[in-house]
Amino acid sequence: MVKHLRPAVMLFIILSVLTGVVYPALVTGLAQLLFPGQANGSLMSAENGKVKGSSLIGQPFSSPDHFWGRPSATGPFPYNAGASSGSNLGPTNPALADAVKARLEALKAADPGNETPVPVDLVTVSGSGLDPHISPAAAAYQVPRIAKARKMSADKLSALVAAHTEGRQWGLFGEPRVNVLALNLALDALR
Amino acid sequence: MTSNSLLQIVFYMAVLIALAKPLGSYMAKIYDDEPVVINRWLAPFEAWIYRLSGVNPQQEMRWTDYAIALLVFNLLGGLAVFGLQSLQASLPLNPQNLPNVSPDSAFNTAVSFATNTNWQGYGGEVTMSYLTQMLGLTVQNFVSAATGMATLVALIRGFTRRKADIIGNFWVDMTRSTLYILMPLSLVLALVLVGQGVVQTFSPYQTVSLLERVSYEQPKLGADGVALQDASGKPELEAVEVKEQMIAVGPAASQVAIKQLGTNGGGFFNVNSAHPLENPTPLSNFLEMLSILLIPAALCYTFGMMVGDTRQGWAILAAMTLMLVALIFVTVPAEQSGNPAFSALGVDQIASAEQSGGNMEGKETRFGITNSALWAVVTTAASNGSVNAMHDSFTPIGGLVPMWLMQLGEVVFGGVGSGLYGMIMFAIVAVFVSGLMIGRTPEYLGKKIEAYEMKMAAITILIPPLMVLGGTALAVLLEVGKSSIFNPGAHGFSEVLYALSSAGNNNGSAFGGLSANTPFYNTLLGVVMLFSRYWLAVPVLAIAGALAAKKIVPVGPGTLPTHTPLFIVLLIGTVLMVGALTFVPALALGPVVEHLQMLGAVAAK
Repeated sequence: MVKHLRPAVMLFIILSVLTGVVYPALVTGLAQLLFPGQANGSLMSAENGKVKGSSLIGQPFSSPDHFWGRPSATGPFPYNAGASSGSNLGPTNPALADAVKARLEALKAADPGNETPVPVDLVTVSGSGLDPHISPAAAAYQVPRIAKARKMSADKLSALVAAHTEGRQWGLFGEPRVNVLALNLALDALR
Repeated sequence: MTSNSLLQIVFYMAVLIALAKPLGSYMAKIYDDEPVVINRWLAPFEAWIYRLSGVNPQQEMRWTDYAIALLVFNLLGGLAVFGLQSLQASLPLNPQNLPNVSPDSAFNTAVSFATNTNWQGYGGEVTMSYLTQMLGLTVQNFVSAATGMATLVALIRGFTRRKADIIGNFWVDMTRSTLYILMPLSLVLALVLVGQGVVQTFSPYQTVSLLERVSYEQPKLGADGVALQDASGKPELEAVEVKEQMIAVGPAASQVAIKQLGTNGGGFFNVNSAHPLENPTPLSNFLEMLSILLIPAALCYTFGMMVGDTRQGWAILAAMTLMLVALIFVTVPAEQSGNPAFSALGVDQIASAEQSGGNMEGKETRFGITNSALWAVVTTAASNGSVNAMHDSFTPIGGLVPMWLMQLGEVVFGGVGSGLYGMIMFAIVAVFVSGLMIGRTPEYLGKKIEAYEMKMAAITILIPPLMVLGGTALAVLLEVGKSSIFNPGAHGFSEVLYALSSAGNNNGSAFGGLSANTPFYNTLLGVVMLFSRYWLAVPVLAIAGALAAKKIVPVGPGTLPTHTPLFIVLLIGTVLMVGALTFVPALALGPVVEHLQMLGAVAAK
């Protein structure tokens, strides 16, 4: 036992410095050198120098003339990027069905004439509460509402959505998706 | 299932299996001290480490010494993590001024990271300072993984040595695992992840403006900090308007890389790899998911190479792969079929070119169903435990599979090192059982399997179920255990069973609804993690010692070959039989009941 103490203590100190100081510092140095934008949170700056948001972090939208993102379960307000969280509601929990029902009603109230079935990602919370994307189906569902609110042609809106739709990465990985914040910023820039 | 879904799964498995041989043979060379570029290039540095630590790398240890060295080193690591958390408020690199962690939570986290479990009772970005994350948690991510790999290598030497009483030097095996295997891989992965958008910075959290303001109500506090109440006793509310978003950042990529590669799984952020700054793109998701199984798969080849018969390694890898693939094709369709409660409300859950559809509660759009369900299976097959979707919100069958994979003892790939040494324990039981059935002397890789080895193997197989089922029974009997449950009914029981299965097999993933950051769960799960790690590692080393002392029996007509499809079936049978017989009753009370209730609710409408 005693003979193992010196190797244990010394190796622990050496490996701690190596893996806990040198390694993260080296990664940080190289990251800041090679990928400064990504390493600092993929922030998007406007002309006035103010930061408009992160291209990887979603924002809360509820006004009829913006595309809405995934519902978010972060507290105390949605899309709190200082405290990521999912809902953790189980599949048979009545609270889950109630929450989905309330979101469906909010969507219908904002666009009374729309009888299309609502895509599932628009009424279920994301894993992180910060999901920047919705499915192309969820964007298409919202086009009639925004066309009305903005008095724009639905075709023009659909073209904007299409321009902001990312396919599968390398044609293989993941799912097609639309970045909601980027789309809404582009929408506001049209005015 | 869609054709793209199938394609993504096949591609994933193909890349994984293709990498097993090159990485596996590299690792075998490192452990046998054969020259590969890096271990000659860094040889003076390695020698300097040993000189400074008073280690003679040529001096090998008996199994008892090896075990004591391992335990002392792990104890030291646990104490360091506990200390860092308890003092972080007065230590540097804490830009958010996070307070010290409570003693029960600090104990749980220290045990969790030392045992390679990385169960997280806390939320990363609101609890741990940058210093604690780096110097405490990242360090343990490396050395707990290296500990598992060292134990495995010692066991392999037990098979290859004849009439020897030494099984290697723990300090050397651990240092080489860290220096030549885990660090180079992590460095490369971390940088690629940053390129995809994972953050890596020491700056404080960033503030950005919101395009749309949000308002919410919160209880109004008096001057003394106590919530005010109106005349009827209800709390008074005040409206708060939020114009800005504070985005948590930090040195995440360096930690994410090793938490994936070392089957640790402890995330930088609360929601782990569901967080867009921890896993930003489908490509980062693929690489993180590949890293989970990379070393466990490659170690099978290392094992084959070190025992001088690569077919032995392929046989074990085949057994693992068959079980994994079968369970992938249970979970992905279960999640893709969606939630009947949503369909009843008229929600569109059908997969198309425009959406992934399915049960999207708790899942990220960029990953969809395929990558969320695949990750859930992979992370619980390995004892990784990182998540990219919330397992608590999975369908009952989709949640049953991850739970059962953990309960199988984390041997379907399992933890780095620990998964394979666990599987070798099952192989020992399999040759023993089949020896009894066909009247042959049980031998594995030329070593006779006798009563002592069987007793030790039985201990390693029985400890985790004892911890899981005993712990679950205790938690659901006590009010303090039940009060942490979040979801009602059978799902609530699943939350407790999942937590104990995770801790009792050093996985670390969770049904996150359970409020586990309480003194009761922090203590219970902490104790369970300790037993399940060290009461397995020590008997494994004891077997290594016993086997090393035996002579090697030449292959004869009475030898049961252990590289054939027949043996693969026997091995799978042993794993599934133990896992099924032990856990089916408990699973029946949780996910199975919930599944029937879910179907019943549809039938009633």
